[in-house]
Amino acid sequence: MQKPYRQRRGQKRRRAPDLLVRIRNLEFSHESRSGEPLRLFYGINLDIHRGKIVAIMGPSGTGKTTLLRLIGGQLHPGSGTIQVDGEDVPTLDNKSLYSLRKRMGMLFQSGALLTDMTVFENVAFPLREHTTLPESMVRDMVLMKLHAVGLRGARDLMPSELSGGMARRVALARAIALDPMMVMYDEPFTGQDPISMGVLMKLIGELNRTLRLTSIIVSHDVEETMAIADYVYLLSEGRVVGRGTPQQLQQDGSAWVRQFVEGEPDGPVPFHYPAQPFTEELLGE
Amino acid sequence: MERIQQLLLQLFSVFRRLGRGQLFLLHLLGGMASLITRPGLVVRQLYSVGVHSLVIIVVSGIFVGMVLGLQGYNTLVDFGAEESLGVLVALSLVRELGPVVAALLYAGRAGSALTAEIGLMKATEQLSGMEMMAVDPVRRIVSPRFLAGFISMPLLAAIFTVLGVFGGYFVAVPLLGVDDGAFWSQMQARVDFYDDILNGIIKSVVFGFVVTWIALFEGYDATPTSEGVSRATTRTVVHASLAVLGFDFILTALMFGA
Repeated sequence: MQKPYRQRRGQKRRRAPDLLVRIRNLEFSHESRSGEPLRLFYGINLDIHRGKIVAIMGPSGTGKTTLLRLIGGQLHPGSGTIQVDGEDVPTLDNKSLYSLRKRMGMLFQSGALLTDMTVFENVAFPLREHTTLPESMVRDMVLMKLHAVGLRGARDLMPSELSGGMARRVALARAIALDPMMVMYDEPFTGQDPISMGVLMKLIGELNRTLRLTSIIVSHDVEETMAIADYVYLLSEGRVVGRGTPQQLQQDGSAWVRQFVEGEPDGPVPFHYPAQPFTEELLGE
Repeated sequence: MERIQQLLLQLFSVFRRLGRGQLFLLHLLGGMASLITRPGLVVRQLYSVGVHSLVIIVVSGIFVGMVLGLQGYNTLVDFGAEESLGVLVALSLVRELGPVVAALLYAGRAGSALTAEIGLMKATEQLSGMEMMAVDPVRRIVSPRFLAGFISMPLLAAIFTVLGVFGGYFVAVPLLGVDDGAFWSQMQARVDFYDDILNGIIKSVVFGFVVTWIALFEGYDATPTSEGVSRATTRTVVHASLAVLGFDFILTALMFGA
């Protein structure tokens, strides 16, 4: 006898695992300008759960953006695994990688809007490239996405006519055009005025909740990021030096965490770039 | 020893770059098939690469033809052969100056613009953004530009040549008094379609391929900074011009050498 519909459906539909991004023993080096290999990550482990806003924070130059590019498959790790939605990103062929990327959105620091297209065309771009929707439906979807970021009225503007904050909001509308499962934000608050910053914070939180996204925010803006993040990883010198909820990190006693959270100029991250002792240099030839 | 090591490293880096350039070419050629369903992408680039280069090609073609007419007349008149001026102008333009000068102008005008455009798109993360939207930037951005350049270059060379001939005619016939009939009839009798015109077309097709490839690769491979894009643009003009002259010698030797 055939089982009831709900039971059959339940059998076929496996519940998606809670973990969306799983990074284990990630090592990565890149070539410096002089051709020397520069080691950026020393065996990083990181978990990102579905539906959460996870912040990856750390001083400039610690490889936060590189980590996003590794998750997005734009860079290949030296060793270790990077799994996104159960797929091992570095081993994917081009077709599978592009298929996975359709389920990811990324907001670049610069916005990365296509400068020869209007705001409307920029948001319509992924829809036109990946779907065969009729133009009337593309229009409606674009207007919905632009409305969500408050820029429906700016659809005919060119990227050069937008302020920095508006450009990021348009880029955000474009990033969610295909209704992705997760959005990666690269320094979303850098260089923003307080109003734009507030708007972006509100949008990231709201979109994450209403669209059931998973958000990964790379940032060094402590206050703003801590305010919206569910969980924070703190990176420094190629390692995870702190992790926890924002409240846990605020109370963390580690010198690394204290220096970063309180913005102290000297500490485990030294004020001086490594050099020979000053007196030696002054007295030497 | 250290100097030899540095030299070897530089040599290695040149070969590595050449290899990257060839892989890039394979990648962009692979993207051509998808353009059949999206001709609009190529048409837009034909306008940008081809139509925008028209002014410099038209003006240069006329002036080069006029100079050829003047110089040729001064030489031929000493031998009483000024009526062969039409042949001289036409053969010079069809075989050599048309394809070569048009390619050099194309490298300076459209090639540098292509490099700067692609380089700036890289510097402003537009290409990375496309990759993250699961759109291959080589197929979407580079391939249409390559095809447009490949189509435009022979057409521009043809326009340059035709206007050059008219420039030469204008100097020779109305200004210097060369016989009108002799100018055209000798040209018609001596310019061969296969030996001269077809070979000229082959040259311009090769130059279009090489110049557009160099320009696009330099842009795509540029260091994503303002200095990097500026250097890449300069490299495009220098490398493309040298490549045109080098290939011109090889092709001329193959076509007319023996």
